[in-house]
Amino acid sequence: MNTGRDYSKLLTVTFNKPMPYEWSIGKWGSRFFQEIKERQRFIGIRCPKCGKVYTPPRRLCGPCFVELHELAPLSDTGVIRAFSTVNYPFLDPNTGRQRPIPYTYGYIQIDGSDSIFSHVIDEVDVSKIEVGMKVQAVFKKPEDMEGNINDIVHFTIIG
Amino acid sequence: MPRRVAIVGAGQTDHRSHRPDATGRELIHEAVTRALADCELTIKEIDAIVIGNMDHFESINYVDAWSVEGSGGVMKPIMKVTTGGTTGTSVAVAAYYHVASGMFDRVLAIGWEKNSESDTTAAIITCSDPIWDRFSYSGAIPSLATEATGYMKWSGATQEDAARVAVRDRAHAVNNPYAHLRKPITVEEVMASPMLAYPIKLLDVCPRTDGACAVVFASEGLAEKMASKPAWVKACAVRHSLTWFGDFDFNAGLMSLQRASKEAYAKAGITSPADQLDVAELYLPYSYAGLKWIEDLGFCGPGQAPKFVADGQTDMDGRIPVNPSGGVISTNCIGATALLRVAEAAIQIMGKGGARQVPDVKNALATGFGGCYWSDVVILSSQKS
Repeated sequence: MNTGRDYSKLLTVTFNKPMPYEWSIGKWGSRFFQEIKERQRFIGIRCPKCGKVYTPPRRLCGPCFVELHELAPLSDTGVIRAFSTVNYPFLDPNTGRQRPIPYTYGYIQIDGSDSIFSHVIDEVDVSKIEVGMKVQAVFKKPEDMEGNINDIVHFTIIG
Repeated sequence: MPRRVAIVGAGQTDHRSHRPDATGRELIHEAVTRALADCELTIKEIDAIVIGNMDHFESINYVDAWSVEGSGGVMKPIMKVTTGGTTGTSVAVAAYYHVASGMFDRVLAIGWEKNSESDTTAAIITCSDPIWDRFSYSGAIPSLATEATGYMKWSGATQEDAARVAVRDRAHAVNNPYAHLRKPITVEEVMASPMLAYPIKLLDVCPRTDGACAVVFASEGLAEKMASKPAWVKACAVRHSLTWFGDFDFNAGLMSLQRASKEAYAKAGITSPADQLDVAELYLPYSYAGLKWIEDLGFCGPGQAPKFVADGQTDMDGRIPVNPSGGVISTNCIGATALLRVAEAAIQIMGKGGARQVPDVKNALATGFGGCYWSDVVILSSQKS
């Protein structure tokens, strides 16, 4: 095949139209957002077999392959287990626009949970962030909440 | 018992950042015709095809059907396999299963990607959970960055240690006429390149490439006739573990690679990988993986990789040459990337590596990485049994 290139003659077609999707949050996931709105705290769910507490609460434990039922109320605090500050521009498939940078992406272990929760931390100076630091969730005002991940504005370092 | 299976031919495109001269189908055709020419087969002699690429990347569904003109799959059994970054090794493993089962004698494995046709990071973000993870996830780089910071903390490895991995792979790419980035770089240049997500800088990480790869698998009895030195499949091992990024155990390391390589080594009778493997084509999407993951593969002990690499043990004349092709840091057409590792490992066994050939290769290792810290491992050998 001829791999020569003459850019002036090679055309492309662009697609840039909205194409909406609708995802079910599920039974316990819905409860997670309702708990944030009503009590400004997280809830997890305990696996009856391995005892692990998952946050956000999910319906199934993958390693044990069993259904989960026992909700575990938690606080609004946690510990940074890993993080990265993102400096490069990219298209956000959630919005169709460039995501604002820089921002810090955090893996946060909510106190009382065994799994790790992904969200953002409101600190972009990497010299001021360390694994092991304590963080607290900052929520939207309950009347502004929409039942999605953005009901948590971010996590803020508290020590 | 599975039948013995060998790779008898491999083909790849001229990899570039942007190939507006060819559609995806045509890129696939370029790789397939080269693979067929390599083992002197015609498309008529191919019994079945396994093809894959990254879901969502080019917004092409039913890739198996869409690509038939290029793959040669008209009126043939075709299966699409797509597992994220591991897609290339998954199509190789599935093609191996096809032949080993006894149901097909000559099977073509194909991986391809046109990264120039979408925003790679946005496309990768769509692999994460839409309700919980997409909001904060920013593609492959920061999740790898978190692994790197964890490794640096306990091992004492530095950014310069990681830079040496990128320098090595880019130096090797100069010998590979198909590679995308063929300009050598220095540790100083890596260190001075823009910080994308601490500690990963621009030159620590793989590029976005347009390209395709095709590999022909054949059964014992036929393989010896198609290739003077067939690359026999000794072992394949697959470990796909997590789907939630928050389930990753930062203390345990890349457990999927540890477990997959352990299984593959046991099947292939390998007890000292750095001594018994003659070459390794590793899916190292960023420089730090060239430290941490060679420890997970048992090339050296925990925390020893910086010295192992700095001492030249993974160079072309080292104890176990890593990525003579230039690796993923030099070429990354994602759905083809892991298949390129298998193809390049086979090329080394078959002795067709040209300027990138390691002398007298008997055993070669190829790996795939992707999904949510998933790993595939393939071991090839010049020895049938």
